[in-house]
Amino acid sequence: MKLITAIIRENVLDRVREKLLAAEIYRITVTRVSGRGQQMSEEIYRGQRVVPGLNPKMRLDIACNDEFVEPCVNAILEGARTDGGRVGDGKILITPLEDIIRIRTGERGGKAI
Amino acid sequence: MIGRCALGCGVALGTVLFLGASSALAAGGSPEAVTVDSGATAWMLTSTALVLLMVPGLAMFYGGLVRSKNVIGTMMHSFTAMGIMGVLWVTISYAMCFGDGVLGGWFGWNPDYVLLRGIDDTIMPDFHIPEYVFAMFQGKFAIITPALIAGAFAERVRFRSYCIFIAVWGLLVYNPLCHWVWAADGFLFKMGAIDFAGGTVVHISSGISGLVAALYLGARRGYPASAMHPNNLVMTLMGAGLLWVGWFGFNAGSSVQSGLATAQALTATQAAAAAGALMWILLEGWHQGKATALGFASGILAGLVAVTPAAGVVRPGGAMALGAIAACVCYGAILLKNRLGYDDSLDAFGVHGVGGTVGAILLVFFMRDGFSTHQFVVQLQAAGVAMAYAAVLTLVIVIVVDKVFGLRASAEAEMAGLDHVYHGERGYGLLNAN
Repeated sequence: MKLITAIIRENVLDRVREKLLAAEIYRITVTRVSGRGQQMSEEIYRGQRVVPGLNPKMRLDIACNDEFVEPCVNAILEGARTDGGRVGDGKILITPLEDIIRIRTGERGGKAI
Repeated sequence: MIGRCALGCGVALGTVLFLGASSALAAGGSPEAVTVDSGATAWMLTSTALVLLMVPGLAMFYGGLVRSKNVIGTMMHSFTAMGIMGVLWVTISYAMCFGDGVLGGWFGWNPDYVLLRGIDDTIMPDFHIPEYVFAMFQGKFAIITPALIAGAFAERVRFRSYCIFIAVWGLLVYNPLCHWVWAADGFLFKMGAIDFAGGTVVHISSGISGLVAALYLGARRGYPASAMHPNNLVMTLMGAGLLWVGWFGFNAGSSVQSGLATAQALTATQAAAAAGALMWILLEGWHQGKATALGFASGILAGLVAVTPAAGVVRPGGAMALGAIAACVCYGAILLKNRLGYDDSLDAFGVHGVGGTVGAILLVFFMRDGFSTHQFVVQLQAAGVAMAYAAVLTLVIVIVVDKVFGLRASAEAEMAGLDHVYHGERGYGLLNAN
């Protein structure tokens, strides 16, 4: 089991979700986050150029069984890469998952996803 | 407005009001001959401010209903109308609406009204108010009408193209309709059509135009499969409240006096809004099991829209009936929209087009003076003319604006949200740490 965490642009969230649904990955947690990677996006505020310290991004958390990792990653790549790839498209982090527990039933492991 | 003067309460206040105004000007404009009625002027000044208050009210109403990435863009649709129509009105629109008919009565024209130069010291002989007050009061209607259309194609229109669209729409659709219905030599006015405060000119025209534009542009990306819930119903409720308050200026101000007719219109307005709101949540409670805040707000609007053409001619009981009927019909229209699957984002047609038509036609059954078949036919004709004219012209305008400037936002812009793409801003920046 893996936990896939993706940090993506806000505007591609709909497209990524559509790709995930097409890959039959329905269970997902989405949060608004702020962060800083390589991207330096200039904005105009009252006529002055400013570089925001932190860029707004979307974070997806998807726990999945091992056979779903590649389809999931591919779906995110397809949905989140813009114009053939630009700085600021985001990252995908994959971490091993020790266990998963469904609160309702107490089930554990892969079948609890 | 003027329509109500000739027909509303059966008192002919004089149908040659603007001819009178211009002959006073021709005679050198002798303001000392006409006294100012300070009571009427005070109320008309108040009404003018109240109608303007409806525009930020509409911005809040619509702004709360869209997704959070489009809140600024949607509110800007209303606010930019204050700028664009505000400038056009003073420049040439007042002349086009209330000048003498030209081009076979297509619209009006009076060179004295350009930049309002000729009315600097005019006191209107029929109303005893400065003509500036009348011109500014009427100008607010020209602002809110195109802003209403924006609800139909919210969340998917390019900002620049929208600005061009409403400017052209104001000149080619609103101004002629306003002239036909409210100017002394307009053909619908002469036909005897009753449109007290703009059921036809404002609500039918904006509703049907919104429908045409929404059908032309197509649905929002992801509609109807994706959920597109309101981002802030609290703001929508505040907006609905401001609209209700402002509507007293809209309707009661349309009496252009401060007297009995004003009180009649104000009472009808209050009764219809309350009945509409109540009917809507009763329907919802029966049909869906829960009374929603959005339903209550929609019912307020349906009632207000329906009583707009009728405020001068119906008693409070009739006004309540109109409000309640409009709520039922608009509720059905929105259900039907969902069945048909077209994307009138914020139900500009479902509430304004449908509610305006209900009010304009059914008012004849509730008139103080009793039902008249002749009037019924006239109302049908006036509504039909307004619908046909607004639909055809809007279709032409959206096609031209789309071909030349591109009316529909790109898929990328739609996904990113209008706020950031067209304005470089976010409505709710504080949601993100920075």
